[in-house]
Amino acid sequence: MTALTRRYKFASSHRLHSPKLSDEENSKTYGKCNNPWGHGHDYILEVTVSGPVNPETGRVLSPARLDNYVRENVLEAFDHRDMNRDIPAFRADCVPTAENIAIVIRNMLERDWRERFDGAVLERIRILETRRNSVELRNE
Amino acid sequence: MYITRKVEFSASHSCYNPRLSEAENRALYGEAADSHGHGHNYVLEVTLEGEPDPVTGMVFDLKRLKDVINKEVVEPMDHRFLNREVPPFDAVLPTPENLVREIWRRLEPPLRLPNAHLSGVRLYETEDLFVEYSE
Repeated sequence: MTALTRRYKFASSHRLHSPKLSDEENSKTYGKCNNPWGHGHDYILEVTVSGPVNPETGRVLSPARLDNYVRENVLEAFDHRDMNRDIPAFRADCVPTAENIAIVIRNMLERDWRERFDGAVLERIRILETRRNSVELRNE
Repeated sequence: MYITRKVEFSASHSCYNPRLSEAENRALYGEAADSHGHGHNYVLEVTLEGEPDPVTGMVFDLKRLKDVINKEVVEPMDHRFLNREVPPFDAVLPTPENLVREIWRRLEPPLRLPNAHLSGVRLYETEDLFVEYSE
């Protein structure tokens, strides 16, 4: 298998607070991340694409096309935004934990994937919330 | 169990396909579509899969792994212009995808070991772009 990974950055704020928990339980569950004013991170997003290497071009896909697609579908929605207010998926009871951010981003990427990147598979995405925390979703 | 050794080498390359238009070359290869070439500090991670030897406690001696990587990859490629000096890149475009597959092709035979084998190869062209190959 040949796979190509591109790394992107976005700065975004969020607050971890579940409407299904009491204030006390929220504070206990999320600690500092429950601060009512929210807080932010410089997120790193790694997008991995696998597929056959085109013998003519030597590429799995054009990185520039992937960059445009990720920018249009993910980065423009997240970068310098408040996730809880600006991303519809987090307005209801979906808490923007790193795990849920990964799921929401994968859904955003999958939306028009097939028609834009026929033959190339969205193999893996990885979110680094800080240098110490990362979440990964694999196509298994 | 997996063990990984990391090495670095610096090499120059150019990715320009004369059978494609200028615009297609730009879209596929970005700034690499320049016939004069440019260079990268490549970072290569080589991963073996195997079980520790009951006597030595090692899957494979990491120093010997380093020696194999140096002989097969670093010595022939470090401080070279890949398109001119490192076959098959006189005939095949040295995209990171082709480079990682060539590195696998060179490393796989000498790493058929009694209790381990080559599991995967990851090549960073920059901090923001890497490729992986496995079979």
